[in-house]
Amino acid sequence: MELFSVHNVNKTFINYQALTNISLSVNKGSIFGLLGPNGAGKTTLIRIINQITAPDSGEIIFNGEKLKANDIYKIGYLPEERGLYKKMKVGEQAIYLARLKGLSKNDALKKLKYWFEKFEIQPWWDKKVEELSKGMQQKIQFIVTILHEPQLLIFDEPFSGFDPINTKLLKQEILNLRDKGATVIFSTHNMSSVEELCDDITLINKSKTILQGNINEIRNKYKANTYELEYTNPDNQNLNILENFEVLEKSQKNGYELIKIKLKNGQTPNTVLNKLLPHVDIKSFNEVIPNMNEIFIKVVEETND
Amino acid sequence: MNKISIIILREYLTRVKKKTFLIMSIVGPLLFAALMIAPAWLAQMEDKEEKLIAVIDSSKLFYNTIPETKYLKFEYLQNTPISKIKQNFSKTNYYAVLYISHIVTYKPNAVQLFSDKQPSLAIKMHISNALEKEIERLKLKTYNIENLDNILQSIKTNISIQSIKLAEDGTEKKSSVEIAMIVGYLSGFLIYLFIFLFGAQVMRGVIEEKTNRIIEVVISSVKPFQLMMGKIVGIAMVGLTQFLLWIILTAGIVTVVKTAFFPELSMKTEQITPETVLSSGGSTLQPSQPVNDAEIDQVKEIFSSVKSINFGVLFASFIFFFLGGFLLYGSLFAAVGAAVDSETDTQQFMLPITIPLILAIIVMMNAIQNPEGPIAFWFSIIPFTSPIVMMVRIPFGVPYWEVSLSVILLVITFIFTTWLASKIYRTGILMYGKKTSYKEIWKWLRYNN
Repeated sequence: MELFSVHNVNKTFINYQALTNISLSVNKGSIFGLLGPNGAGKTTLIRIINQITAPDSGEIIFNGEKLKANDIYKIGYLPEERGLYKKMKVGEQAIYLARLKGLSKNDALKKLKYWFEKFEIQPWWDKKVEELSKGMQQKIQFIVTILHEPQLLIFDEPFSGFDPINTKLLKQEILNLRDKGATVIFSTHNMSSVEELCDDITLINKSKTILQGNINEIRNKYKANTYELEYTNPDNQNLNILENFEVLEKSQKNGYELIKIKLKNGQTPNTVLNKLLPHVDIKSFNEVIPNMNEIFIKVVEETND
Repeated sequence: MNKISIIILREYLTRVKKKTFLIMSIVGPLLFAALMIAPAWLAQMEDKEEKLIAVIDSSKLFYNTIPETKYLKFEYLQNTPISKIKQNFSKTNYYAVLYISHIVTYKPNAVQLFSDKQPSLAIKMHISNALEKEIERLKLKTYNIENLDNILQSIKTNISIQSIKLAEDGTEKKSSVEIAMIVGYLSGFLIYLFIFLFGAQVMRGVIEEKTNRIIEVVISSVKPFQLMMGKIVGIAMVGLTQFLLWIILTAGIVTVVKTAFFPELSMKTEQITPETVLSSGGSTLQPSQPVNDAEIDQVKEIFSSVKSINFGVLFASFIFFFLGGFLLYGSLFAAVGAAVDSETDTQQFMLPITIPLILAIIVMMNAIQNPEGPIAFWFSIIPFTSPIVMMVRIPFGVPYWEVSLSVILLVITFIFTTWLASKIYRTGILMYGKKTSYKEIWKWLRYNN
């Protein structure tokens, strides 16, 4: 079921086009990756969703209706450029930001107490923000973003500034929130976390959508019929048989031979294995599925040309 | 609770709770009280020192004629050449030497006062008055008028002009130009000071939010306009709080110090009742009497004209013109803060804000001298200077239609500047790391987001 969608959104700044005919649809309870190189227009789109700026044309549908002013209470936004009032105490500040999101003082206190206990950061309550490390500040910011239990969460580079342990904690929390029914829009340059978390993605380059869809489908689509093979060759025979295949790479690793081959028309993994089995001891045989990093680079470079 | 009031509350509380606010609240009144008490204190200090002035009178006309006061004594030296005393002046215990040449009756500059200090104007006036009177008396004597001394006594007069302001319905109101000047100057200057002081706080607040990068977090919850207005109103309330604290504390300090250290000052004012004034009216010539008739009248007049200033109206107009002026300039300060990345970049944009404010201060000097003049009139109507200049004119009494016109124009203008500033503000706050120019700001103004 769709929670949220963008239809033909255009946005022009004084001298350049920031978004051109952007459309996307986000399912309820899914994690949606908004990807693209620097300056592609991601932040502009996120700001439009948050009603910080307005689109020149196009519309945004939220819960089946046109996005309205009050919907900001149902959205939690963690911007890439984020910070807190340095001189303000942590607790005071968290309550202030929560109240701006429409929570009452008591509700804010109750919920903050829960999260501070969960993250084991109660001792920070009366500290000034400037006394905390960057990672600590990020944690506070994360809590403030999700505190009002929004239906839609928008995270722009949420893991920057976190160590691996805290990154893991945060990823777990994002997944927990999704399991409880929240929908997440996730913008990052870290492709491995995209693979780990996202269900669907949109890749924007130079204001235009260049790739969109379910992440597994996309990865399968970019498969190049390539396989990776690890084996030993005890008899040290000259493997002429390999001439029948297109070998992309050949190397040695930990005493194993490692080759990458691309199958030609009519060849199947079985034909490869049949040819090789009499001569070598096979350790592993895998289909190469391109990772998001490769796809990202490939697609963006293609459209840049 | 309305979001704008949550913002106002935060802006207000974080500033009022700061140590600097507390320090300013205490230091300000101390300074003001010192300004008010110091002159009185200094005057008393000076009086208490007894000064002995040697008189060398080569005209031989003035022996024992200069009246002495409690702290001013004269010693008349016979047959001492002025040159000798001048040489040894430092060894004598004289405060000064008065030399009267014999040509004094027809040459006004024949009197010289030598001293190693700078004799006060009061001492010089005291001596010249006495000498003038004596010469007049001597000259009159040459006409051989009978009973001259009695005649002189009876014609002795003293004039001090009372200015009475006629209201439109013809009722009279005593007014004192001096008091109106002081009150006008003080309130005009306070508004100037407050606009600058707290306007800069608005600007710094905006820059802080930009450099902290909290701005995007906040404006995903509230409209940029709400944040800007919340900040401006919150800080205006800080300014008002500070102002009220200053007034209350200054009044408190002045009263305490007055009663504790200058009991005679409050005594003196109590003594000036109509009876004492009347009874001293026809008294014998007593030059050393500290407060003579004219002075009593003057003090009385000052007190009555202080009362004649309607402090309720003054207070209300101060609050209004402070708020109006602050809203007008505060939004501009906010726009400047939004346009830059750090305080060091603000200078080029501060100029258009600073110039009208400084112009207002210059016009204020003129308006104090001539509160009804065309310059004072126009600048108290033009909104950018009116908060300061009109405030200067109000203690003198300003026709209602002029005040209303000024108020209406001020309100219209601050709505306009706020609208203008909010356009710059909402674009500027999301611009990082780019040096902003006027051209850029012009684009922001025409830009729709």
